[in-house]
Amino acid sequence: MSENMGNKVSLELYRTQLLARYFEQRASDLFLENLVKGTNHLALGQEAVAAGFGVAMNKSDYTYCTYRGHTHTLVRGAPVAPMLGELMGRECGILGGKGGSMHLTSVEHGAMGSYAIIGAQLCIALGSAWSAQYLGTDQVTTVFFGDGTTNIGTFHEALNMAAVWKLPVVFVCENNLYMEYTPIGKVTAVEHPGADRASAYGLDSIIVDGNDADAVYHAAQDAYARARAGDGPSLIECKTYRHQGHSRADPGKYRPKEEVEAWFARDPISMYRLRMMENGFTDEDLTEMETEIQNTIDEATEVAKLSPVPSLDIIDKDVWADGGSAWRN
Amino acid sequence: MAQLTYREAVAEGIAQEMRRDNNVVFLGEDIAAAGGVFKATVGLFEEFGEKRVIDTPISENAILGAAMGAAMTGLKPIAEIMFSDFLAVCWDMVVNEIAKARYMTNGQVKVPLVIRTANGGGSRFGAQHSQSVENWAMAVPGIKVVAPSNPSDVKGLLAAAIRDPDPVLFFEHKSLYAMKGEVPNGEHVLELGKASVLRQGDDATIVALAAMVPRAVKAAEILATKGIEVTVVDVRSLVPLDTQTILAETVKTGRLFTVEENPRLCGWGSEISSIVTEECFYDLDAPVIRITTPHVPLPSSDNLEDATIPTVERIVETILKNMG
Ligand SMILES: Cc1ncc(C[n+]2csc(CCOP(=O)(O)OP(=O)(O)O)c2C)c(N)n1
Ligand SMILES: [Mg+2]
Repeated sequence: MSENMGNKVSLELYRTQLLARYFEQRASDLFLENLVKGTNHLALGQEAVAAGFGVAMNKSDYTYCTYRGHTHTLVRGAPVAPMLGELMGRECGILGGKGGSMHLTSVEHGAMGSYAIIGAQLCIALGSAWSAQYLGTDQVTTVFFGDGTTNIGTFHEALNMAAVWKLPVVFVCENNLYMEYTPIGKVTAVEHPGADRASAYGLDSIIVDGNDADAVYHAAQDAYARARAGDGPSLIECKTYRHQGHSRADPGKYRPKEEVEAWFARDPISMYRLRMMENGFTDEDLTEMETEIQNTIDEATEVAKLSPVPSLDIIDKDVWADGGSAWRN
Repeated sequence: MAQLTYREAVAEGIAQEMRRDNNVVFLGEDIAAAGGVFKATVGLFEEFGEKRVIDTPISENAILGAAMGAAMTGLKPIAEIMFSDFLAVCWDMVVNEIAKARYMTNGQVKVPLVIRTANGGGSRFGAQHSQSVENWAMAVPGIKVVAPSNPSDVKGLLAAAIRDPDPVLFFEHKSLYAMKGEVPNGEHVLELGKASVLRQGDDATIVALAAMVPRAVKAAEILATKGIEVTVVDVRSLVPLDTQTILAETVKTGRLFTVEENPRLCGWGSEISSIVTEECFYDLDAPVIRITTPHVPLPSSDNLEDATIPTVERIVETILKNMG
């Protein structure tokens, strides 16, 4: 077992990463079967970030993520069949089929939404951190975003306000080296898009190996302790890499072969499995867990496939709090 | 009844709701210690303190984002965007986030908040501080749009907006801030989506909003001296829209004039004209006439701005010309 970490945490980190990995693989398969429409931004290769934070936080905490947010929503405990059902546009979908892949949300699990306009969620995350501070709860807000997002104004507005108000919020920059198809270094004035900006807001510069779930978990714990102690926000840059293109439209040809190979060799889940074996878990233990999680995904897939498409009745529901969409009498 | 200015009624409305509900909080630029650049929020900081009345940095996206996230998690925020022109800077928050969250999440996310903003022309501020943009908001499903024309409505509609479970964009008119009027003492709450009929005549109906309402009333008084009796409807709320009152008052006179501060294209009157034409065409004696600002950015010089926004004279002349 790795130092300072109980068996329980390691198992939970491995389980959570597997769930994320198998979910994304299934989303990919279903897309190829034309059962998932529109687009999909998979987090294959980046699972350790969502898992590390997800395991470290409290159930009552709040999270915000991006259009690449399947795994961040899953790690909060959102149920698998409604998640897959949403990607497939089915009635059982977690948003009833109204939101789709880029807007997965499960308020009852504290997953306050997936946001598809770059940067917006950093500002919205201020609000739940503010309400927790105002109401005197111990809830911390975590907000995930990419490296490319550090170049939009909302990033800077949010960091500044969070620091001024000493809000209990953790900003997690998942630096996967690309904003869409452009290498982040080509469009950013500093080497580390998240960490190098931290000092502008009086924050520590923190860089973590985003492919190492233990490292992410520890960084998350530190940030949560700081936030709950009333010491304000943190900005954590996690270095990671996506295994596929930006979205389903992108084969990712712009990435050098050696770079791709080097990062695949550092696959977070294979690395974590090796570490678990070194720490005394047997191949049998791990295989059993893997089979169990794969079964969960398989069963959920069947449930989602059997679900009908949404009733047309919901088109004009839930624009307003009264449940309807009337704008006139 | 108390005599209050429009700006005092803003602070009254907010104070009434902050006293009633501890989860009502208020944020914006210079709204707290300074009492607002239009002095519309004087006294709130002193009464409710820095925890509930908060001066922010110049960060319109963070102001609205923080308001949204707080609304999603139990607070009832009021956010001020100093000039409505600045909504363009944070339009993503209004249109893509606040307005859509409930629908996109199948009702999971709730966003009970109010965005207050100073709208409209007449102050010689030029094209970037004078626009009437309520028609932008009206085009977005998921946000209510309110624009009061007098101090009593400011207090009553603002209170209603704060209590409303949906997001409301509340357009205060900056050329009305000094207007005085009777405001009920004690709790005063109106209903959103109810137009008010300010005067009734047999010859024509004027539908107006915000600063165009007092002008329409003045025009009606002048027309009355010429033997033309005009109904004046203050729309008050574009979303929800009190179509029934507008249709009923139009049918009674057979003639409808809208008076809009919006530039011509897609001003709110075009939607009303379309509804009236579809739903009571055979009750009309003449085409619906829209009196609007021409399709230009607002100029600043006194005589230019005055000639651009609909004036009492233009309303009178247009109605006289079309009564035939
Ligand atoms: C305001 C805005 N601009 C552009 C886009 C289009 N877009 C979607 S994702 C993306 C790249 C974001 O890169 P990064 O922040 O690094 O996140 P990643 O996709 O790598 O997770 C862009 C440009 C958008 N959705 N919103
Ligand atoms: Mg990126």
